[in-house]
Amino acid sequence: MRLVNIRPGRQTRFYLLALPFLLVAIAYFAGSSARLTQNPNDKLLPALPGMVQAVKQMAFEVDPRTGSYLMASDTVASLGRLGSALAISTVAALVLGIVIGLLPGANALLGPFVSVTSMVPPLALLPILFIVMGLGENSKIALIVIGTLPCMIRDLAMKVQELPREQIVKAQTLGASTWQIALRVAMPQTLPRLIDVLRLQLGPAWLFLIAAEAIASDSGLGYRIFLVRRYLAMDVIIPYVAWITLLAFLIDVGLRVMQRRLFPWFASVRAE
Amino acid sequence: MSAIRLDDVWKEYGDHIVLERITMEVEPRAFIALVGPSGCGKTTLLRMLLGEEQPSRGQIMVDGKPLRAEPDADRGVVFQRYSVFPHLTVLQNVMLGRELRDAKFTARLFGAAGRAAADDAMKLLAEVGLAGQESKYPSALSGGMQQRLALAQAIMRGPKILLLDEPFGALDPGIRADIHLLMKRLWNETHLTVVMVTHDLSEAFGLATRVIALERQRNRPEERERYGATVSRDLEIFPRRSAEPRSSVQPAPIGTTRSGTEHQPGRPGALVLKEQP
Repeated sequence: MRLVNIRPGRQTRFYLLALPFLLVAIAYFAGSSARLTQNPNDKLLPALPGMVQAVKQMAFEVDPRTGSYLMASDTVASLGRLGSALAISTVAALVLGIVIGLLPGANALLGPFVSVTSMVPPLALLPILFIVMGLGENSKIALIVIGTLPCMIRDLAMKVQELPREQIVKAQTLGASTWQIALRVAMPQTLPRLIDVLRLQLGPAWLFLIAAEAIASDSGLGYRIFLVRRYLAMDVIIPYVAWITLLAFLIDVGLRVMQRRLFPWFASVRAE
Repeated sequence: MSAIRLDDVWKEYGDHIVLERITMEVEPRAFIALVGPSGCGKTTLLRMLLGEEQPSRGQIMVDGKPLRAEPDADRGVVFQRYSVFPHLTVLQNVMLGRELRDAKFTARLFGAAGRAAADDAMKLLAEVGLAGQESKYPSALSGGMQQRLALAQAIMRGPKILLLDEPFGALDPGIRADIHLLMKRLWNETHLTVVMVTHDLSEAFGLATRVIALERQRNRPEERERYGATVSRDLEIFPRRSAEPRSSVQPAPIGTTRSGTEHQPGRPGALVLKEQP
């Protein structure tokens, strides 16, 4: 049988899914035990008990200096920044995306500008942000917004322009004004696509968050990783990276579920 | 109910002439079928009537006034595809026209007004044979049902002219026959002037009062660009068809789409729409 025609069953699919994860784990722990037998004090590839111990200390024991659970307070700080930045980006992208996608005049005015600004490397702006806005929360949130917003606007405007021309004409023959077309035709159909766009921008958003926290911060997941790097504390860094990955994955799944629940009509539209 | 007059209308895209010397007079309540080979500009003509495109030369008049240069609620339309909104349920699709008319800012009706609009929409849905489907999304409907929905949606707003762009072209023959009956009934019971583009001649002759054929008079390759299509046949259907006189139908009180008490014998239901001011 040709490879293109072989479809794995349910069970096979599960094993296949687990395989790459398993291989990575095996490779890691094999390497770890090899290094640790040579030198029990090796810090580069810590064994599982060491990482469990570190997580216990970070997540479930009160830090004597700050009086808080470090992993929890880091998570809250990072998710707060990420959440507020993505909220700003999402709302702004929705409004501007619809305006640019729906109004040819606005597209002529803002379309090229947005395309150009989406090419500016946001990390190159970070020093400017620190100088102008200080080292506090604002500059970090601003970095994430600058890093994600232009792409989101551009993508969303494109999605609005992809709405069939017939729909816009039909709405006008039902007497819709521009505002009414935006409100009842463009926006409801843009919202599920906005979730797609947001999911795509989650990766860059995390990147800019960690970068901003690494450079100037006193809390957050990225701050902690770059802090303990000084002591080669791989037993903290690796669980933190795994935790960030899990958070990002859960946010992604949450958005996907939200899209399916809130917009039951969207699946068949996308299938077309 | 509107008269349409096209006065020496041309449509050119740059050097390319699509339509030329289109002059015709359409009486109120007529049912015009536009036929012709593909690429002859039938749809372009329809889009000009819609206001989506402007003639390069000449003028289109509706009831003696120049046509507005953008689509509006005077002219309803049903396309072959994408006519209904995929994000609205069947009921919401039909109610939309009323909501857009009566709620300028929110474009949504609540409370008593919302219930009244929903009642009217439900009656209209029953009229087009979509009773019981009101909470489905259009993607769950068959092609024929989607076009019935598109008709109901267009008629709910009470247009004077209904423009149909190959509306039944993608349907199976049996379903098409059913929807032809519905189309005839709607045309009789409302006060629409209908212009339908079709490539199905039996459909054209079966429904219309008048069949207009568009054709290129000169079709040699070197002439194609510089000579557009024009009206080559203008056939009145015989025996003459005309919509049932409106006087047999009671005008509906303001705020209703259908007279609940008056029932025309021999017809499933009298559909009476109030005229737009």
